[in-house]
This record gives sequence, structure tokens and C-alpha cells, in this order.
Amino acid sequence: MSLLALSDITIRYSRLTAVRDVSFSMDEGEILFITGPNGAGKSSLLRAIAGVTPVAGGRIDLAGHEITGQAPENIARLGFSMVPEGRDVFGSLTTEENLLVGTGMHARERGWRSRAADELEAVYATFPMLKERRHGQAGLLSGGQQQMLVIGRALMTNPRLVAIDEPSLGLAPNINDQVYERLIALRAQRQLTLLIVEQSSARAMMVGGRMILMRGGQIVLDGDARTLGNGEAIQAAYFGYEDH
Amino acid sequence: MLQILFDALSLGSLYALGALGIALIFGVMRLVNFAHGDVIAFCVFALLWPSTDAMAIVFAGQLPWYLLVPFVLLCGAGLSVLCEIIVFRRFRQANPATMMIASFALGFVIRYFLLMLFSSRPKSISLLPALSQPVEIFGARLPLLQLITIVTTMVILIGLTLFMRQTRFGLEMRAAAENFSMARMLGVRANRVIMGAFALSGALAGAIALIFGSQTGTLDIQMGASIMLMAFIATVIGGLGSLGGAVLAGFLLGAASVIMQVMLPIDARPFRDAFVYGAVILVLLFRPQGLIAARGTKERV
Repeated sequence: MSLLALSDITIRYSRLTAVRDVSFSMDEGEILFITGPNGAGKSSLLRAIAGVTPVAGGRIDLAGHEITGQAPENIARLGFSMVPEGRDVFGSLTTEENLLVGTGMHARERGWRSRAADELEAVYATFPMLKERRHGQAGLLSGGQQQMLVIGRALMTNPRLVAIDEPSLGLAPNINDQVYERLIALRAQRQLTLLIVEQSSARAMMVGGRMILMRGGQIVLDGDARTLGNGEAIQAAYFGYEDH
Repeated sequence: MLQILFDALSLGSLYALGALGIALIFGVMRLVNFAHGDVIAFCVFALLWPSTDAMAIVFAGQLPWYLLVPFVLLCGAGLSVLCEIIVFRRFRQANPATMMIASFALGFVIRYFLLMLFSSRPKSISLLPALSQPVEIFGARLPLLQLITIVTTMVILIGLTLFMRQTRFGLEMRAAAENFSMARMLGVRANRVIMGAFALSGALAGAIALIFGSQTGTLDIQMGASIMLMAFIATVIGGLGSLGGAVLAGFLLGAASVIMQVMLPIDARPFRDAFVYGAVILVLLFRPQGLIAARGTKERV
């Protein structure tokens, strides 16, 4: 059974249809890139899975539960963790407080405090820079550091599926390389399932895995990132030559 | 001189506590809760047995202070949470203007409910009469009540700061105030945080009711509205949503009122409030975002 399944998802903002009848599913451990030009509906799709954008039609299932129309906090409890576009660091909180926000949902379970502490140490081990700045205001971190922080914050909830919206946005290329290096390492280490939205397909081809290409709110291509990347189909799909 | 300082601090305390109650709710909901003043009035009248006579029939007000205080705080918190569940919850998705109008309407409902039970005649009671005796400090004779007001406010402010900084719930409230949907995506329960904010805000209203009630000795169903106006101005000057700013501005407003009362020429004193509001306009001209701009007050997407 797949970890995440979307069927015929449609998302509307008043009269504008951002996503039209999109269906796909993901298996546990998979890495999936959703790419496509601006306005293709990629972010809307992620936000719909997270429960912060309502869907106009269709059905979403996560880990065997239907989550269509569920509250974001309940979806998070099923193991979905989101790193939104623009990162959304809690700027007035300290670095460590940012990391701890997401541990509260396990507060009913026994031994959650020690587990949260372990988790915190694990995140600090991956991102030593965060430990140095643990008591500093998170809003004062650099863009790259904030990106590491929100990835760390997403991991603190002990998720099964991490969705990341445009991790490269506003980052220098070498910082971006570092971010991906850590992501790939984390994925191997924790058997994470990763759903990554990127505007360009270049990164997907480098990292490998599955790639979905969206345009105009619909899926135009779905396949292995490396094979898709070498063909001309992707260019045609990306720029929409067949329309002209 | 000392007298002026204490007057300023005790009036500022009321404004600061009121502003805090408004800022707490604004922080998590972007709601300017104009019903807050009427929650204060409700708390005061909760001390009386409902009757439309001019004579107040003191009921809960006769309790010893260690029962009286929790009773009033609970009344405030309870009513405030009830407002959230019955009214504001239905307006979560509405825009801030709609919510504000709803809070106005709710305020009137509470006020007219009190009017029905107690009539509009002001009633006089002496609440905790032991507190009105004067004490002498550094040569100044101060009512004990004023001292207690200031000390209580400080204790509340320190307690609230610790609560916000040290507890799990405080952390979630601060995160939610800055970015509500992000906090929810990290598993923070929206209802819990909002109800918590309303409960805290209502308890603060209860504290104001106690202080104000024992200071003036007169109960009037309009009484909440006057504090509410000043408290609302304090939250705006302080930077909407910023708790520290609200408290700071509350004290500044209290100080400004008291200082003008003393410094203005006798003939101008009746217009004191006009001068205070003038100062408010000046502050807002130079710092439209408030003294301490809150983070995350930008539109939530």
C-alpha cells in the first residue's frame, strides 16, 4: 500500500483553478520531485496535502487514513512534515525553540521528553551550526542556516514523509549543494520518504529518483528523473511547445 | 512626587493588563476583541446578586479574598472561553473586520445582559475594604490598594512572561502568534492555543475587574468600555500583537494621563484626555507600526 495517494485532486482559488484532477501516489522510502514552471500548481498541491489549502475535489490518503479536509495538526500527527516555501522560521523564537515546537504532539506518549531530547541531539549532530546558535534568535540566522533549521524542525516531529517546497529558493548554489547533501544523507540514515518541489528539474536529475513535471495545474510527465532528464520530452513539456 | 509616580504606575497597571488581554487574542487570531471590556464588567457584576435595586446585594463579593480572587478570575476565563466557543470559532475564516464587528456585537450582548439583570444604575460596594487604608512610604501617604495593584500587576507580568518562555503551552502560543498555519503544520492544536489565549485574556479581565472594582467602589455596566478604549489604544501604540509593547504602552499611557493631570493648567485639566489622545496621534505619526513591532503580523497566507 502506498504511503501517500492523491486521486483527482482539484484546487481552486475563487475562480482560478490552480490544480486540475491530479493523481499520483508515493511508496514508503521513495524520493519524488515535483517540478514545473511558476504557477504550475506545485505549491498548492503540497499545501493541500498539509491541510492548509482546501481542495475543491478529490481525495488524499496518508498512511492508510483519508486526510481530505482534515486539520493540519491532525495530518502532522500521521507523520507528514512540511517545510514550506519561504521557510517560515519563527523569527522571534530561539533556534532551539523553533526545533521544539513540533515535539509537542507526542506529549501524550510515554517518554516523549527523553525522545525529544535525543531527537534534538540528532538534529544538532547533523547541523552543528544550529547547536552553536541554539539560544540565538532564529530570525537573525542567514538564509542557508534558516533552511537547515526548518529541515531540522521538520525532522523533530519524527515524520514518515517530509515535503519540502523549493529548498533552493533564495540560496547561493554552494549553500544549496550543502542542503541537498544533508538531505540525501538524512534520507539514507532515517529511511525518509521525501517529496520535494523545485522549479528546475536540474536538481532532480542530479539527485535521481522519481520526477513529476507539472504545468498549468496538471501532470504532464511522470517517470525516472534521470531518464526523463535526457530526453527532449522534458523540454517540450516544460515549455509547452506542443501548444503552439 | 512619589505620589505621582505611584498614581502613574497604578493607572498604568490597569491599562497594561487590559492591553495584554487584547494583545494575547490578537496575537493568535488577528482579532481585535472589543468585547473584552464587557468581560471586565461581567466579572465585576459577578460579585453581586442580580437585582435592579440601587442597593447592591453583595453575594460573591463577601467571600474571603483567597476564594474571591480565584472566583473572579475563573468567571473571566470562563466567559471568555465561552465567547470563543459560541461566537468567535464560527468566524475563524472570516476577515479581521468581520471578526471585529462580531466582537462589538458580542460586547453589546454581554452589556445588555448585565443591564437586564442589574439595571443601568451605578451601584456602590466596598470590595476588600481593608485595602483602602493608607500606608506611609518615604513620607508619602499611599492607599494600600495602590501598592497592591502595582505589586499584583508586576507579579502577573512576571508570571505571564515565565509562562510564555518556560512552558510547552507558552512556546506553542508564541509560535502560533507568529505564524499560525506553520505552527499547525507542526502539530500545534489550533483550538487549544486559541482557547488558552481566551482563558488567559479572560483571567486578566477578572484581575482588572477586581482592581478597578476595589479602587472605585462604584460598579457601572459601562465601566469596562472606558478601560477597554485606553487598553486598545495601548495595544496599537505598543504594536498590535506585541505583548511587551502592549504592557509598555499601557504604562506610558497611564503615566501620560497622570502627568498631564498634574502639569496642565487648571483650566485645561477637564480636557486632559484630549491631550493624551493628541500624544497618541503624535506617536502613531512617527511610529505607525507601534513602539515594538510584532513579528508575523504580515498577512497569513
